[in-house]
Parts: sequence; C-alpha cells; structure tokens
Amino acid sequence: MIGENVAAADRTRLMDMIIAAQSRLGYLSDETLSAIASEVGIAYVDVVDTASFYAFFSRAPQGRCQIRFSKTPVSLVKGAADVVRAFEKALATPLGTTSPDGITLNWTSDIGMADQEPACLINGTVFANLEPADAAGIVDEVRTMIANDALPGFPGYGNAAAFSSAKAGCASNVVLAGEVLFAPMTPGSGLRAALAMTPEEVIDEVRRSGLRGRGGAGFPTGMKWGLTRRANGEARYIICNADEGEPGTFKDRVLLVEAPGLVFEGLTIAGYALGAKIGLIYLRAEYAYLFGDLQRVLGERRRLGLLGERTGGREGFDFDIRIQLGAGAYICGEESALIESLEGKRGAPRDRPPYPTDRGYLGQPTSVNNVETLACVPRIIERGANWFSKIGTAESKGTKLMCLSGDCAKPGVYEVPFGITLNELLDLAGGADAEAVQVSGAAGECVAPKDFGRSLCYEDLSTAGSTMVFGPERDVLEIVLQFAEFFADESCGWCVPCRIGTVLLKENLEKTRHGLASREDLARLERLAGTVRKMSRCGLGQTAPNPILSTLRNFPHIYESKLIGGDDVRIDLQAALRDARALRTVSALKQDGA
Amino acid sequence: MSKPKLATCSLAGCFGCHMSLLDIDERILELVELFDLDRSPLDDKKAFDSPVEVGFVEGGCANEHNVRVLHDFRKHCKVLIAVGACAINGGVPALRNPIGLRECLETTYAGGTPDADHFVPYDADLPLLLDRVYPAHEVVRIDYFLPGCPPSADAIWEGLKELLAGRTPGLPYQLLKYD
Amino acid sequence: MSAPALRFSVDGAPVEAKAGQTIIEACDDAGIYIPRLCYRADLPPGGQCRLCTCKVNGRYAAACVTPVTPAIAVENDTPELRAERNTIVEMLFVEGNHPCPFCEKSGNCDLQAMAYRFGLSATELTYQFPNRDIDATHPEIFLDRNTCILCGLCIRASRSADGKAVFGFENRGARTQLTVNSPDGLAGTDIATADRAAAVCPVGCIVVKGTGYETPYGERPYDRQPIGADIEAQRHPSAERKDADV
Repeated sequence: MIGENVAAADRTRLMDMIIAAQSRLGYLSDETLSAIASEVGIAYVDVVDTASFYAFFSRAPQGRCQIRFSKTPVSLVKGAADVVRAFEKALATPLGTTSPDGITLNWTSDIGMADQEPACLINGTVFANLEPADAAGIVDEVRTMIANDALPGFPGYGNAAAFSSAKAGCASNVVLAGEVLFAPMTPGSGLRAALAMTPEEVIDEVRRSGLRGRGGAGFPTGMKWGLTRRANGEARYIICNADEGEPGTFKDRVLLVEAPGLVFEGLTIAGYALGAKIGLIYLRAEYAYLFGDLQRVLGERRRLGLLGERTGGREGFDFDIRIQLGAGAYICGEESALIESLEGKRGAPRDRPPYPTDRGYLGQPTSVNNVETLACVPRIIERGANWFSKIGTAESKGTKLMCLSGDCAKPGVYEVPFGITLNELLDLAGGADAEAVQVSGAAGECVAPKDFGRSLCYEDLSTAGSTMVFGPERDVLEIVLQFAEFFADESCGWCVPCRIGTVLLKENLEKTRHGLASREDLARLERLAGTVRKMSRCGLGQTAPNPILSTLRNFPHIYESKLIGGDDVRIDLQAALRDARALRTVSALKQDGA
Repeated sequence: MSKPKLATCSLAGCFGCHMSLLDIDERILELVELFDLDRSPLDDKKAFDSPVEVGFVEGGCANEHNVRVLHDFRKHCKVLIAVGACAINGGVPALRNPIGLRECLETTYAGGTPDADHFVPYDADLPLLLDRVYPAHEVVRIDYFLPGCPPSADAIWEGLKELLAGRTPGLPYQLLKYD
Repeated sequence: MSAPALRFSVDGAPVEAKAGQTIIEACDDAGIYIPRLCYRADLPPGGQCRLCTCKVNGRYAAACVTPVTPAIAVENDTPELRAERNTIVEMLFVEGNHPCPFCEKSGNCDLQAMAYRFGLSATELTYQFPNRDIDATHPEIFLDRNTCILCGLCIRASRSADGKAVFGFENRGARTQLTVNSPDGLAGTDIATADRAAAVCPVGCIVVKGTGYETPYGERPYDRQPIGADIEAQRHPSAERKDADV
C-alpha cells in the first residue's frame, strides 16, 4: 500500500518531465520517451500514453518557434483567418507546416483571449489584437531572435517583455469591478479571520454563504468541502482548477493577474478547512506566461508567513501551494480528468462513483474548486456569510464574473450580481443589436433574442461566465460548426459516443452547411446529438451537442433553409471527381509529350 | 392487374448479389409470377421507360457512371433496396478509401515515380473515378438494406417477399449475416 | 460470514445483488443480459463502450462501473436504450474498417454479433474509412488496427491477468489508437500467444496467426446462438419476461 503510493507520487511529476524534454529538445522522440520511462520506473507505453495526449507535446520534430492561433467563433469573427493568411505569406509557409528557419504555424483551441482576438501564442508568449499588418514585423523579430538564440522557449514563464512588438502581452480589461472579487484586499486578512475559527466553522460559514462552484456545475462549495473533510483518507488535497478552457471565458486569467493573492488565500483557507497540507493549482498551458508572476506572488506570501511552516502563524498548519502546468487539453477542466493529469496520466475522466471527495488525487479525499470560487472565499470569511448571501438571487449567491466578447463595444470582464438579465448585460457591454448569444461557452446554450430577458443564475440561464455576442451579420451555422470542431478536437477518445459522435456531428453540420443534407440527415443530426448527450461518459460529451440542440430549438430556420429534396444526389459530384480529373490531365499531358 | 416491376443494377460490385438472386432455385418461377423484370443486366434492358416499384441495387458508387445510374434508379423506383456489403458500406471496392484515389492510382500505374512511360490510364470512355467509393445511401435515399456478401438466396427471397407484402424487410437471426 | 443481499429492480423485475457487485455483475448472475463490448467478468471494468448504459433511478449510468445500491430502479431493455445502443454499435462500424466478408473473426466477433442481436441491417451514419496501421512485426501475433474498437480489454488483460503492460492507448479523440510497449512494435514486447491479452480481443484486431477460419460458416459461435444467450440461459424461468424479443 505504501509502495503503491510512493510509485504514484513519483509518477505525479511525469508532466513536468515531459514538458522539460519537449522544451529542451523541441519534440519527444521514442528514445526520449524510453529514457523518461526508465527514469520514472514505468512502462514505455505509459509514457507514450501521456505524451501523445496533449496538444502542446509533439512526437515529431517541430520548429524552434511554435505560433498557435486561437481558433474560435469569436476569433474568426474578428478576422483571425486574415491574420493567419498574412503570417503564411510572411513566412511563405502554409498553416500546419514549418518554415525552413523553424517556425511552425498552427491553429489551436481557444487560448482565453476572446476579448482581444485575434490572438496567438508564440512559444509561451501571448500576442493580442493582431492585424494582418502585424505579421511581417512579428515574423522578422522572431527570425532575429531565433538567429541570436534569444527566442524564449515554451513554457517561457512570462516573457512578453522579450519582444519589442506592441502586440506582445495582454490586457485585463476589467470593465466593471464589483464588490466581491475586485474590491481592494489586504493579504492575510481573510486567512487571519479563518484561523480564528475552527475548520468546521469555516466550512459552515462557506456553506451558509450559499457559495456554489463558478466553473459551471454549481455544486455547493461548503458541501463539497464537508464531504472531503469527513471522508476517510491518509491525506486530503485541495486543488484549484485553473484549466480555463471553455471557449469565450478568460475571467480566471484576469483573476490570476489582478488578484492572485485572493486566489492563493482562498486556497490556503480551503487547505485549513479540509486539513490539507498541499494545494495544487492546475494551470492550463495556454496561461504558462502567468507562471513566473504567480511564483513571485507565492514567494512573497511565503515571506509574509502566509504559506509554509506555521502558515498564518498557526502551529501545526504547514500549508504550501504548487503550480502544475498542463499541456493543452480542454478535457482537463473536468475535475477527474484534471486529477488524472496531475497524477501524470492522460486526461481521461474517471467513472463515478467514487467521487473525488472520497477518492481523488492519489486516491485520497480531494476537493477541486474553480479559481473564481476560491477567490470568493477570503471575502466570505472576512465579511461574513450574511453579507455575501445578500448579493444575488435565492439560489445563486454573490457576484459572477462575466466574460463579454464578440460583437459588443466593450469586451472584457464584468463583475455583476447573479440574476442580471442577458439584456442588461448586453446593454452594459454595448451589444444591444445581438442576434445570438452563446452563453457559458461551447458547452452552453445559443440564446435567441426572444430569451434575452432571462436571468443569468443557476436557477435560470446557468453560466460559467462566457458570453459570446454575435450580431445580425453572423452565420449561426458557422458558429455551431466551430464548436462542433472544437469538441471533436478535444474529445479524450475514451468512450465511444463522444469519440465518434463528435466527429459525426461535425461532418453532418458540414454537409448541412454545404447544402447537401436532407430532412433525414437533419433528423439524424438531432438523434445523434441525443445519443452523445445521453450515453457519453463525462461532461464533455454530455454537453458537446448543446450548441446543436439549442440552435435546432432556437434557430430552426437556419437549418431548414439549407435542406435538399429527398431524391437529389447527396454528394458534391464535382468535388468528388476533382482528383480523377487532375490525374487525367497529367496523364494526357504525359502522353502528348511522349 | 399488372404485376409490380423489379429493376436491378450492379454498380461497384461483383455481380455476386445477382448470382445469389438467381440462386433461389425453383422459387425463380414464383418470382416471375410476383414481378415483371424491368431494367436489369439479367434481361439487358438498359433504360427505364416507366416507373418501377422495386429497385435492387448491388454495389456502391466508385465512379461517375455509378452515380448517374443510381440517381436514375432513385428517380424511377418507388422503393430502393441496397443489397449486399458493397451497396451498404462500399465493400471490397472501398478498400481503396483509406489510401485515397491519387496515391492508389499513382502507386498502381506509375510505380510511385511517374514518368512519360508510366501514367494513369485515361480514355474518354472510361468513367471518371470518384475520390472514394460511396455506399449507396450516401449518394441517394435508400429505403431498405439487405446485408451479406452476398446475402443468401434465402435472405434475398425473404426480403423481396416482405417488400411485396408491403412490410419492412427484417431478416430473422439465422439469415442476418454480414459475410 | 456473508454480507446481506441488496435488493433492486431491473425493468420492474426484482433482482438480488451481493454486496459490492456492480449492476452488470448482479444482472449476469440473475440471467439478465446487458449488452457490452468492453467488459469481461474476470477483468476490471473500463467503461469505454458505454453499451451497458442503463437508466438508474432515471439517470444514465454504465452498468459495468456502477455499484448496486439498495432499491435502485434500473431500466435496461427499453425502446429508448435499445435505440441508443443501436447507434453506438453503428458508430463503431463506421469508425473503423470492418470487412466482415473476409475477416478472420467473422462469426465469432462480438461487435458483429451485437449488431445481429440488435437486428441491424445497415447503418446510415457516414463511414470514416480511416487509414490505420497494422503491426505484423511479431512472428505469432498480428495487430490489425482497422477493426480495433478501442475497448481497452487487451490493455486491462495484459496488466491484471498477465502481469505485463503490452498494450496502451496513444493520441486522443478520433486519433486515439492502440499502441504497444515498444517503439519496435509488437515484436519488441513480451507478449506470448498464451497471454490473456492475446485472446481477449472482441473483434479481429489481435489475431494469433495460423488459427483463422477454423470453424466453417454456419457453425461459428454466433451462427449458433446470439451473443448474450449464455447469460440469459441462466435466468430462472419464473422471471422470464413475456416480451423478450431475441
């Protein structure tokens, strides 16, 4: 039993070893993976399993410089395709390939920059508000840096300053600061208030505040902590989920930039309440540029005695925080997949029961909480559950960070009380002529104007914050197709309905968009969406059909207008004959020449 | 009252399903009582001149000609039944699909190193190949499917009788085979 | 001392489970067949195929990984679940390349047998025709990934029954494939023909060479009886449902 735990503990750093190898060598050869397997003492096939899963790892040689463009409905609306074309031109290299001087161009899933798209990551550094005219200058600078061996590698840890380009780095864009999360705070004040209480009293206070998970599921935080504390185990773990991958959301990035102390303090209070010695932050690879600053803040908190031995001056409470970097996988935002990844494995979700509160990280009771959830905690403890629960609605207490993006005048983060209507939010952001709003990301719902009066809260229109606004000139089917592509790219592949279903849904939508779908295809689309929703193993598959199902419901006309008659040919015959025609031309030329 | 008409075609198939149809032995006498054979390779009738009740489709679509024939069948047949593995999922001809048309032809005819002496055959009379072999239902609407490679004579007989009786042909366990 | 039995219901019929049993284990013992492709009673469950998904107190849950708890109401053989399971089997047929007419496994293939049991004449989902690698490096065993359904049985069998780690997954999503514990292919692993992992494949992916087409057409296991019939034969006659349809 003890041996088992030690082996597991060694393996938990596998992600870091692979990241280090990828960063140093540029790719992961069979030999590298074999060497890591020997080092960790696990099977080669297990290292392959992990190394092949994440988007930011590559098994084949790649360029020294990886440029990854965020591909989302919002980035495309903002002109990302033109930006990519400009980079292709500047490099004379098509997307998906590497230039002779070692620059690789690729699309990637949403990088948490919806308020300042088009955006890209160059190795670990983020570039925002890109225009086609920026491409030549950025490419020149990258080339010079490669030549001078000065290009920061991935992860890079916060290196916008290394570039002279004005587009390097990103802004926080806090448009509306509310009374909970963006109010001024004194480091340690929440923790001191917590340490004046017993752990049970802290949990009770959180429970009475009505705080629920901000990541989307809305599970009551106090209840989760209570379950974790009461579960049998040799150790308890508190994990901060900073794998903010839901398209259109960027609030956790902003919190980690603007109020990292609040997040760390919430994590520390949780550690005290649960009886945990270590808090783990799972930070998505797309946010690796925050790593350096976060480490500095952690160091400062250690100096202030707010972490480490006798945390907050409390004898016997030795709590510290470690940040684990991810490597590009949306699924790791799902808590059990996140735990698997923290243990050094592929991010495949677990079947439940057992729940993480019973058997989570390393098989021990574990609470996984969203960045924003944890950031609420010091406020609740400092100002009291009664203060917090006066904000919001009956079942949704406190404020919520909303991430506005797309066709609105003022994209950015809005801290608003739960219960605000979509109309009110659109008015604040200057998005009054919206024709469709995707609420709560790709996994959420596409809402039509007739429902803009609905309230954003757990009991009505539940949201994790992502609010993508689309004006009248946008093609809703194109937006849905983008989401379908996203889910097909991000499915972990473990279970059949999600692995295959997401691909089939995407193909069916493409067919529809090209005017090749029949009424039966449309019925099949809806049935397939139902199968994926009902039969998939985890939340990714269960929510992947939401954009399709909600647009079928709220925008039926966009599908109807594309359908063909029952007896027509359903393939694009000219496209299907293109290769044969080209081959025939080549053959004819050759014979003429001979 | 005139008998319902039956049309058959073999697209990208091997005629095995037609052989299996003929394999119904003495029941073929009953079959001609039930149906009038219309457009079919069996009677060499090459075009439709009137609507037909049942179209029996063997093979998937590998080339432009297959698509046109299948479309013509869809237009003229009240009910289309896809018979056999090739019509249902492309079958053996679809083994080229994972490789892709270009690589497949260039490797076969040009030895992977095309030069003046080695080229992919072409002729105006050769129908152009599709990028991949398509199962029949991906090209037009198909009403019923009769699997097997080929479906046994009993399965075909069973299927046609059910169809004539206006029922959905569903094969009993012993007759439902994919091989 | 034995733990007390748990009572629950499946499609309205009372069933008893031993403490700690999953729904599929208890149903197997009771002679109630729940369709499955990635589950074997003697191996740990993996929850990949989702074919055994039932409704448990109204919520969808895979029977192979869900423990029986007292008084749960399980729906198994309902029109809704039959339709969803059909679709999953169809998905598997279009995901890989399944050449039943000349596959060595035909007649003894769980995927094909499941489709027969469900009375599936064809699928209208879009065939993917993936280009997948085969591994012919090993003198006695070959891997034809064309038919692999990524059920994970060989991975689990190698680990829990053989004490090895011959197989694993590689990549993610639709690109997920079965891989082996050596950069040199199956020949570089310690797999043996006597391993459970070499025999557990439900489809025609892991094949021991020189054993194909041994049983004539018409006499192969699933020519004789539908998949699951062995489990259903265990059912007490008094519990038989009138509308059983296979």
